[in-house]
Amino acid sequence: MSKEDKLYKIWVYLQAEPLFWITLTLGAFLVGDYLYKKSKLNPLVNPVAISILIVSTVLLTLDVSYDRYFNGAKFIHFMLGPATVALAIPIYEKKDLIFKEIKPIIFSILFAIPFAILITYYLASFFNLDKEIILTMIPRNVTAPIAMGIAELIGGIPSLTAIITIITGIVGASLGTFALNIFKIKDMSARGFGFGVASHGIGTARAMSKNKTAGVFAALAMGLSGIATSIFVIIILKIVI
Amino acid sequence: MLRSLFIIFFFQLLGEAIQKFFEINIPGPVIGLVLLLLVFIFFLKSSSQFKKIKKDISNTSHQIINYLSLLFVPIGVGVVMHINYLGDNLFKILAIIIIGTLATLVFTAFVMEKIINSEKKNVKRR
Repeated sequence: MSKEDKLYKIWVYLQAEPLFWITLTLGAFLVGDYLYKKSKLNPLVNPVAISILIVSTVLLTLDVSYDRYFNGAKFIHFMLGPATVALAIPIYEKKDLIFKEIKPIIFSILFAIPFAILITYYLASFFNLDKEIILTMIPRNVTAPIAMGIAELIGGIPSLTAIITIITGIVGASLGTFALNIFKIKDMSARGFGFGVASHGIGTARAMSKNKTAGVFAALAMGLSGIATSIFVIIILKIVI
Repeated sequence: MLRSLFIIFFFQLLGEAIQKFFEINIPGPVIGLVLLLLVFIFFLKSSSQFKKIKKDISNTSHQIINYLSLLFVPIGVGVVMHINYLGDNLFKILAIIIIGTLATLVFTAFVMEKIINSEKKNVKRR
């Protein structure tokens, strides 16, 4: 057997194993995280976006299907659930601050959720999108599993909602800081809260990496907006459409 | 470490079971988060017996949360691989996402900062 044949055989074996794709994902993330830290936490150098680009480039170059990749990467994906539960601890540690700001928290959610739903609705109508796509986009600012559930409920396409939701998270995480700076919003709880409402978990991850208080308020906002959106969306759609 | 992982997994499991049982539209892990938070607030009041467990869970949780970003990579890759599902609407959808997300973020933070500041003023007046 020639050397090339042997290499090819090894590749065929390895690419069918989860280990290869887990290692690739971890490696890509280490690169992304290194660049993020090197850039002094510049939001544009978003570690999630960089790792996604690296892994996707590898998959497209080697012509590997997403299913094959996910067969390995699912072990990393699995930890999202426990990580969500673990957010209880930083929230607990800031509970005094949260109780102190309980009024701003409740009122902000009551204003922010209708705003989030309506701005997506009106922008999508303005761009002449089909009703089905509009409904698919509406729950995009909440965490993916809730967004998909809502999409199904109101007549959108859940798998498309998942894609749109993830893009929303990355956009918020990488551009949000600039938007907040332009409008000179300084309060860390308010900044974090905005991240959680507008860009769910990925925005929360960005806020966490930058400031503990912002991270906790983002996690809180993510949970609350998920719950509030599930309740409000039907009422608001009934009034608007 | 192992004990705290068990507790975190257990609360997720509990959350998933509750979600399935009551057919609630909230994901199991979010229910698990709320339950764990309630237990911490109401049942583990700094009694020395639980201090060690508390510290243990706290360390493990912070370690997992440190890598929260990493956990979004697998689905993120899925987005890139399936981006053609958005079809001809791709650029319109991207425009809506960028404008809508930043507007929502700024609006929310702005409203919250305003309310926090007005509360502070009220406290001072009293």
